[in-house]
This record gives sequence, structure tokens and C-alpha cells, in this order.
Amino acid sequence: MLSAQNLKITFNPGTPIETKALQGLSLEIPTGQFVTVIGTNGAGKSTFLNAVSGDLPVDSGAILIDGDDVTRLPVWSRATRVARVFQDPMAGTCEDLTIEENMALAQQRGQRRGLRRAVRVDMRDEFRAHLATLGLGLEDRLTDRIGLLSGGQRQAVSLLMAALQPSRILLLDEHTAALDPRTADFVLQLTARIVAEKQLTTMMVTHSMRQALDIGDRTVMLHQGQVVLDVAGDERKGLDVPDLLHMFEKVRGEKLADDALLLG
Amino acid sequence: MSLFSLFGALEVGLIFSLVALGVFISFRLLRFPDLTVDGSFPLGGAVCAVLIANGMDPFLATIIATLAGALAGMVTAVLNVHLKIMDLLASILMMIALYSINLRIMGRPNIPLIMEPTMFSILQPQWLADYIARPLILVMVVIAAKLLLDAYFTTRQGLAIRATGSNPRMSRSQGVNTGAMVILGMAISNALVGLAGAMFVQTQGGADISMGIGTIVIGLAAVIIGESILPARRIFYLTLAVVIGAVIYRFFIALALNSDFIGLQAQDLNLITAVLVVIALVIPLIKQRLTRRRHV
Ligand SMILES: Nc1ncnc2c1ncn2[C@@H]1O[C@H](COP(=O)(O)OP(=O)(O)OP(=O)(O)O)[C@@H](O)[C@H]1O
Ligand SMILES: [Mg+2]
Repeated sequence: MLSAQNLKITFNPGTPIETKALQGLSLEIPTGQFVTVIGTNGAGKSTFLNAVSGDLPVDSGAILIDGDDVTRLPVWSRATRVARVFQDPMAGTCEDLTIEENMALAQQRGQRRGLRRAVRVDMRDEFRAHLATLGLGLEDRLTDRIGLLSGGQRQAVSLLMAALQPSRILLLDEHTAALDPRTADFVLQLTARIVAEKQLTTMMVTHSMRQALDIGDRTVMLHQGQVVLDVAGDERKGLDVPDLLHMFEKVRGEKLADDALLLG
Repeated sequence: MSLFSLFGALEVGLIFSLVALGVFISFRLLRFPDLTVDGSFPLGGAVCAVLIANGMDPFLATIIATLAGALAGMVTAVLNVHLKIMDLLASILMMIALYSINLRIMGRPNIPLIMEPTMFSILQPQWLADYIARPLILVMVVIAAKLLLDAYFTTRQGLAIRATGSNPRMSRSQGVNTGAMVILGMAISNALVGLAGAMFVQTQGGADISMGIGTIVIGLAAVIIGESILPARRIFYLTLAVVIGAVIYRFFIALALNSDFIGLQAQDLNLITAVLVVIALVIPLIKQRLTRRRHV
């Protein structure tokens, strides 16, 4: 379970370019729930995900994972509980390392990094089996540098890597945004499959309202660093894209530029 | 070039291949531009010379000199990781601090080791001339260091260090304590340089306070030459390239210094090195431009 309580983050406080990115954001996500997160550019979605992963320190508020306060923990020590896939396919893998080395790195998340061999033969079989499920032929390229793969292939491997070790929270920040429509769809299906298989508590940021409603169990809309819309269950099932836009207008009491949200 | 100067070049080349391995770890694996080397090389030399001059066993003195190098690297890394000082600046600070520290350790600008026992005088068999025995012993030290590094960088810890240099953000999100890995990597890098310093004073007959000047440029030159001669991806070949680069570099220098018609002298060494590095860096650029022109 993820619990974000009254999170506040202000960039460049006290200067003319002060930005209040999170303004008392609170959100509870029960274990195993898949939440899609939407909102205009600058709404604070990435900032929120970075706060949960520990990449950004919060000014105030608390972040609890399964009841443990992780607010002050650095990224690397949160990694046993939080896995993530970045928007940029280059960001989630080490391009100088081979596919198997990248996967070994992810597989040892949360374990002691001692003097045992990083990649052992039995691991290779396991990695091959995982890669084979992608259907991209990567199972025969274990010792290729991951920098040689395409963005979509790297993003697919990133997803596998995120799920190699059991973690409680999976964070996906527009992880299909840099991919062509067909590859994006493939990675999205893969996401849904992995999340269902591993019963991960997931937050997925997307700019596609369609995706936001079709995938997952619950949809949350952020605006100016706060949750302004939160729908799940039957209420969500009955919703369509125009309804979502309408509800957003009602909540904020302001007109919304459709194109800003309908991208994708 | 005489046989004698050939073996001399091999000897110094092998010593600097340890420096080059260290520079390879900081500059290439960690992507940490580390100039500490100019201080940790004479630090290793100073510590080793002082200890031997005071009657310590040369092997023990060499080990302590290596650890001193490791400590210097750790301090630079801590300045960067925990005190947030820019990497290059942190290493420059450490480099100049070490100049004073080395003077303190030595107590005077030079310590001769001509009459003292060294690792080499102990290991050298009676029937072998010392100018042949020294490079032979060094070859074994360098091969051992190289193979140990190869093995280390395929362990979980070694992989974490390489990942940290390649993509720190991703490494953190995979649970790697990147700060600790930078400190560890820098310790290993400068330990090798300290070891090289200890070897240097034991083969060259003593320590001198100015012996560190230009060490980093020589190390970098070796890495760059090695990489252009043997472009590689796997750690085994990468470290091999670096070792070969250091030896080749030293042969170039010996050739340049031994050819009377060029008229170069020992004090021109740093200039030659700088020019060599520039050439090695420019060649790939020129190649790139040539191939691009061909494609247009
Ligand atoms: N490192 C930073 N320094 C200063 N301001 C920042 C920084 N990161 C984000 N911001 C600002 O904080 C606000 C929230 O940004 P954030 O990246 O969280 O938005 P987002 O919802 O992810 O938007 P997008 O849909 O464009 O990705 C924006 O106004 C942004 O300009
Ligand atoms: Mg964003």
C-alpha cells in the first residue's frame, strides 16, 4: 500500500521563478491497485512520482509504503520497495552494459552486492526465459550491449527488469511516450500483463485519456499539484473521454484546452 | 636503441600501466575526471621510500603505500560525493594538498634507496642481470593486477561500480548506493597508482618530491593509445589495451629521447606526452570527418 500525505514541493522558493509543483497532495493506493494518472503539462505528475521514488526530496508531508515511513530514505534504499520505468528509453538501462548485465543488476536489487559473480549460468537461462516472453528475439542476444537495442526494445527490457525482483510499487512515467504507436501499444499490453501477473501496486502517468480509462482500476487527475479527480469502479466504467473532460471542468471551474490532454 | 634502454622502457612502461589501469577505472568506468593521481603516485612512492629507509620490509612497505593511495582516492571521492564539490575541483584540491603531505612524509625533497633492500633486490635471482629481472617481476605484478581487476569487475560489486559510471540515476533506482560505489572505485583506482609509485621508487633508486608531475597525462595517454590500438568492449580486452598502451607509449618516448637527430631531452617529456594525447584524440575526429565526407 502506498500512502502519500499532504506532500509539498516548491522549486526555487523565494525567487521570481518560484514554482509550487506539489501543493498538499494526498493519495492512498491499496495493495495491488493499478492507478492511471492524468493532468495537464506542469500539473505535477512527474514531480509526484519522483517524490515517491526518492529522486526529489519533499518539503513537507509523508510517504508511507506498507505503513513504513520512507520520506527521508535515499533512492537506492527505497529501491527494494519501488521499481520504475522512465519516459526516456535511454534512462532506464545502462547502455555500456550487456543485456544480461543490465538484467543481473536489476535482479540483485535489494541484495548485497558482494564478490559473487554478477552473471551466472543459471541466471542466463532465467533471463532467456523472461526475454522470450517478449517475442522480440532478444533471448539470443544476452551478451549484446543494450545500447544497440531500439528504444522500444529497451523499454520492454526495462519493464522486465522492473519486475525481476518483487517490489511493492511500480512507477511508470509516460513510459510509452517516446515510442511509435505500434511499439507503444505492445509495451502497454506488456505492462498490463506484468502488473496483473505480479500483483503490483502501480501508478502510470499517461497523456492519453483513452488509455487512462481503459487500463488499470482507478484514474486520478492532478492539477496544480493536487488531486482534483479520483474515480474507480462502476463510476469509472461508465465514463468516456468527453465525460472526463467535463468532470475536470466542473471540478476546477475553468475551461480546459482539450488538445493539451487529448494528445496521444 | 640499445637493449639496455629497451628494457628500461619496458620497466617504466609496466609501472605506468598500473597508473593507466587506475586512470581507466576513474576516467572510463566511473567517468570521474580524477587528477588526484598526480599526488597519489608520489604519495605511494614517498610512503614506500620512507618506510624502507626506516628499515621496514619492502613488501609490507609496498602494501602500505598502496593503501595510502587508496585513502587519497577515497578522500577525493568523499569531497565530491558527500561535500558536493565538483569532481574535477575535488581532485585538484586533493592533488595540491598531497604535495604538502608528501613533503611532510618525506621530510626532505628526496630519499635515496640505492643501498636499501627493495622488493626487486629480494626477488631477483643471482644469475639474472637486474635490468632484466626488474621488468620480469613487474610483468608478473601487472598481469596479476590486471587479472584481479578483470575478475572483480564481473562480480556484483564490480558491476555496480560500472553501472554507476554508466548511468547513475538508473543505478540508484536499481538499489545501487552510487555514492559508496564512487568512493570504492576511486579507492581502487588510486590504490593502483600508489602501488605504481611504490614500484617506481624501488626501481629508480629513490623518491623525489617532483616525481608525480604529469602522471595523470601519462596515464591518460596510455589509456587513449591503448583504446585506439585495440578498440574493445569486454573488460578483459579493455584492461589489456590499457596495459599495452602504457608500454607502447613508453617505447615511443624512449625512441624520441634516444634519437639524437630529433634533439629532444628528458625535460621535454611532458610536452611530448601532451602532443601524443592530442594526436590520439584528434585521429578519431579526422577519421569521422573523412568517412562523413565520403558518404555525402
Ligand atoms: N527541477 C525543476 N526545477 C524547477 N521547476 C521544476 C523542476 N521540475 C519541475 N518543475 C516545475 O514543476 C511543475 C510540475 O512539473 P512536472 O514535471 O511535475 O509536471 P508534469 O505533470 O509531469 O508535466 P508533463 O505532463 O509536461 O510531464 C512545472 O511547473 C515544472 O515547470
Ligand atoms: Mg512529466
